[in-house]
Amino acid sequence: MSPVKDRKPLYLMTPALAWLTAFMVVPCLLILALAFFRRGIYGGVEYVFTLENLAMVVDPLYARIFLKSAGIAGLAAGIAVVVGYAAAYAIAAMPRHRQPALLFFAVLPFWSNYLIRTYAWIVLLNREGLIVHLFRWFGYEGELPQMLYTETAVVIGLVYNYLPFVILACYAPLSRLNPEVAEASHDLGASQWTTFRRITLPMTVPGIAAGFVFVFVLSIGNFVTPALLGGGQFQMIGNLVYAQFLTANDWPFGAALSMALIAVMMVLLTAQTFASERASGQRGRDA
Amino acid sequence: MKSDPSTLIPSLAALCATFGLAGAAAAEDLVISNWDGYMAPDAVDSFNEATGNSAELVLHGTNEEIMGKLIASKGAGYDVVFVSSPFAEILHKMGLAEELDHAKLPNIANLYEAATQLPHDPGNTFSVPYAWGTTGLCYRSDLLAEAPDSWWDLLTPSEAVAGKTTMLATDRWLLAAAQLAEGYSVNTTDEAELAKVKEDLIAAKKTLLAYDDTTFYAKLVSGEAELVQAWDGWCNYGIAENADIKYVVPKEGSDLWVDEMVILKASEHKEAAYAFVNWMLDAGNHRWAAENILYKVPNEAAMEGLDPALIEQYPNMGMSAEDLLGYELLMDVGEAQRAYAKTVSEIKAAN
Repeated sequence: MSPVKDRKPLYLMTPALAWLTAFMVVPCLLILALAFFRRGIYGGVEYVFTLENLAMVVDPLYARIFLKSAGIAGLAAGIAVVVGYAAAYAIAAMPRHRQPALLFFAVLPFWSNYLIRTYAWIVLLNREGLIVHLFRWFGYEGELPQMLYTETAVVIGLVYNYLPFVILACYAPLSRLNPEVAEASHDLGASQWTTFRRITLPMTVPGIAAGFVFVFVLSIGNFVTPALLGGGQFQMIGNLVYAQFLTANDWPFGAALSMALIAVMMVLLTAQTFASERASGQRGRDA
Repeated sequence: MKSDPSTLIPSLAALCATFGLAGAAAAEDLVISNWDGYMAPDAVDSFNEATGNSAELVLHGTNEEIMGKLIASKGAGYDVVFVSSPFAEILHKMGLAEELDHAKLPNIANLYEAATQLPHDPGNTFSVPYAWGTTGLCYRSDLLAEAPDSWWDLLTPSEAVAGKTTMLATDRWLLAAAQLAEGYSVNTTDEAELAKVKEDLIAAKKTLLAYDDTTFYAKLVSGEAELVQAWDGWCNYGIAENADIKYVVPKEGSDLWVDEMVILKASEHKEAAYAFVNWMLDAGNHRWAAENILYKVPNEAAMEGLDPALIEQYPNMGMSAEDLLGYELLMDVGEAQRAYAKTVSEIKAAN
């Protein structure tokens, strides 16, 4: 027997689907299609089929930029997960009525613009910036290392900007944990560390995976932070795509690069979905 | 791009009261695209008032940005655009630029003779120069031990200056620094020369504070940077804030860049577009532009009346047309553009 046909979900989903199709799927497909055409001499697109652009993506130069971006994004995601998980753990351990306020503070930075938040780091980190002046104020006379326009500054900026996502993503499973499970573990003689490692951590893997992938995906395609905090010296894949569209006027190659980037993100998002399904599946079996 | 004209010039009334274009027809909605701050703030209003048009100013951040839009729309939606000369050339080669009818542009007579015979467009068939200048070194004379006079001072800075220099990030000018240092053409398409340029610039990258196209003069003012590659007019914005900032064209020379006004062939308001270009070429209006943006304009009649105090404060405003024309004009490099873009990517990706 076929399941009862309730059309309500379909109706409810239609606006969102239409929106995403018109403004997300179709433009993405257009971009992907561009990757198979030739760049005109003066920019623009000649509608002649070619695989040249895709071949260029695997050029060692661009592959290196890909790897470099993945490295920076991975580092930022890793740091954000460690810091964010700890914060989420602390928040979840607080009395229930305090938690909303703490979460509110965690997302407070989102109330200001991304660019402004990034510029704030320039004000802090530059050679004549607040941090340097603070050191001088305390009487430190020596040379401080260059902080702004370094890879470190880029990673700091990315971690800072995306940390709230991780906190929220990790908080959700942490706050849902049944405290009795941990108590049972203690009763059976497990140390706090063992309980965390064997019980809490595995049960919150979906949150960690979601947080990590969020930061990674947002970071690897980011072009604002490397441009501002990296002083243009760190070309990440986002900057490369940006440059193809807005400086080199090489839309087909930019499209090919975007395609590669989207493929990487799809793989990661799929992996994350599997990771969280496996984790929740396990929980289902254990229960 | 930010200038602070209020500190520079007193009365605008005298200047904008000058014009009325005879017989300007009914109001037309003219769309003009220019860089932010690259015209007098009142320019469009004055034009509208003088000619009865209703022009609207839109902004582009870079040549490439407006080119992308123009190529995508085949020029539709814009009437007059301000772009650097290589891009004007491309618009012409793509058939997007209007063949100019000089009968509608009598004020072209105000331009320096040489400015009407620039190698990319002799006789101003598709472009009219708006501003021109050099790319050189802008520096803090109070912080540097000695005044720089060579591109190598930027590319291979002394230990004291290393980490306190910036270079332009835009393809053509970034490469030009090393092309000029090596004595190559700024339009070279020779592979071996580009390879050497790449090598020089990768070496220079290790000594840079940052690549910066937009805030380098602010970095000089704050002391974050001491020596930067700059367009002369933008160095003036630094000089306006700190008189110890100086500009020099290195002994190996500069490129000559020319920013132009181009009327789009697709324009549906050609009369008004011509009226705007002609209005801008008027001696008073073009001078007012120069005094606001602190860039030289290729308009002899306008430059002759330039306030001497301005030249004293910003010496590069006094550079003669002959001096400028001694430098090689940046030209479109055609197919080699892809090689230029890749060279820049390689430099930026280098560690």
